[in-house]
Formats: sequence, C-alpha cells, structure tokens
Amino acid sequence: MTIYWNSLGDFLAMGGYGLYVWGSFGLTALIMAIEPIAVARHRKTTISRLKRQLRAESRTTE
Amino acid sequence: MNDRFNLYKFASPATFYPLAGKLIPWFATASVVFGLIGLYIGMLVAPTDFQQGEGYRIIFIHVPASWMSMFIYIVMAFWAAIGLAFNTRLSGMMAQALAPTGALMAFLSLWTGALWGKPMWGTWWVWDARLTSELILLFLYIGYMALVASIDDPRRADKAGGLLLLVGVVNVPIIYFSVKWWNTLHQGSSVNLSKSSMAEVMLWSMLLMALCFWMYSIAVAFARVRTIMLERERHTDWVKAELNGEQA
Repeated sequence: MTIYWNSLGDFLAMGGYGLYVWGSFGLTALIMAIEPIAVARHRKTTISRLKRQLRAESRTTE
Repeated sequence: MNDRFNLYKFASPATFYPLAGKLIPWFATASVVFGLIGLYIGMLVAPTDFQQGEGYRIIFIHVPASWMSMFIYIVMAFWAAIGLAFNTRLSGMMAQALAPTGALMAFLSLWTGALWGKPMWGTWWVWDARLTSELILLFLYIGYMALVASIDDPRRADKAGGLLLLVGVVNVPIIYFSVKWWNTLHQGSSVNLSKSSMAEVMLWSMLLMALCFWMYSIAVAFARVRTIMLERERHTDWVKAELNGEQA
C-alpha cells in the first residue's frame, strides 16, 4: 500500500486533470456535508413548532 | 410466526422511530470509515489509468453516485408498491424521506459525468441514451417531490406520488442497459460479475466508496423519516410523549 504520488503538487495537479477531479470531489463533499446539516436543522425547527402547537392545544382544552 | 410478528411491529412508525434513531450513528460511522479507506486507496494508492491518466479517478464517486441514484429510486418504487397494495402508513414516509437524497445522487452523477466527459470526450454533455435517461431520473425525483408537496392530504399525496414512482421505474433498466442497447458515447460498465475491466485496487476503492454512499444514504434517509413521522403522527400519543422528551 505505498503512496503513488511523489509530491503534494503532483497530487493536486492530478496529471493536468485537477480542475475536473477536484471539481467532482469538491462538490460531492460539499453536498454530503450540507445535506445532513439541512436535515438536522429541519428536524430542530419541526420539533419546536410541533411542541408549540402541542402546548397551544393543551391550553385550549384545559 | 415470530418473524411475521416482528415485521408488522417494525412497520409501525411508533416502533420504527426509536429503532431508526439508534441505527443512525452506526450507519453514519460506517459511511465515514468506508469513505476514508476508499478515498485513501483510490486517491493515494491506486496507480494511474493507462488510457485516461489521472482523470479516471472521478470514477470513484461517479459510479457510486450513479448506482445510488438508481438503487434509491427502486427502493422508493418498492415502498410505493407496498403502500398502494397494503395501504401502510410507513411506506409513503419512507419514499418521501429517500427522494431528496436520490435526487442529489442523480445530480452528482450528472455533475461528475460532465466533469469527466469534458476532458475525455471533449464535451460536457451529449444527448445520448445513458446521459438522457439519467437526466430523466433526476426529473422523476424532482417531479415526485413537487407532486407530493402540492397535495395537502398526506395519504392522497402518497398515492399520487406512488403511482408516479411506479410508472417511472421503467426508466431504471433503461439507464442500466442503455450502454448495451444503444451505441452511446458513454463507456460500458466497468464492473461485471464474471470479469471486470478494472485493476483490483481500483475496484476495491470503488466498492468501498459505493458502501460509503450507501451507508450515507441510509443514515440521511433515517434521519429525515424520523422528522416526517413526528410531523405526520403529531396527533398520536407516542409523538406527544416523544415531543415532551425532546429538547429543542
């Protein structure tokens, strides 16, 4: 399992395909980081909204 | 007998909700571990490709994203069929929870494909069978989400969305076999059960990345379905008890 690259510069250049390779991996990483955050945030706002509604309901029935 | 009982039990949102909550960290961890090993092998260890140079490394995300975009759609169509046949509550929620992730996978498949096509074919896009059918898959995801969002009654939304999913599922084999059925610019499949055209390190990396994407999709869909369950079952006792326990 030896590392294929000779230098960090080689690795980043990707043999001239740097723009295409890092453009692919970059956007994929970004989306896979943002989606879980968006899901967690949506969950938080939904829970606080539902709790508000629940409190309002119990007040009207009392 | 026992198996039957368990299946019915987990088909109920009240039992599936805590189970999904317990499983999410495991799937998330598995995704990160598979991803790190897959990236290490694919980006640092694997040698160059004799035809495509270093540009071929896009395959390590292009193929997993494409596989997941098709697989998630099939799973959604499966839930749609269950929902339409047995009128189960959980199935519609599952399909809805998977849709955004499936759409993102289809988008990533097209995006990475365009970035791969430009240096290899000299064009970002061609209207050939493989690319066009994958674009239709993205539109099916978007169409499903728009349709479900436009209908207020969730049970009716599930039925309409389910029908769209079932009709659209014919597109999946078209995507898969398009490179065989038509003469396309897109290369044939790199992985085959009998023989593979890839070197072993590259194949391992791709499979690890596919597992990473798979575990990721399950973790995100489980997290999303839990929120959908709270929303849809908000009038039930179990959700009320759950909300009292949640701090937000």
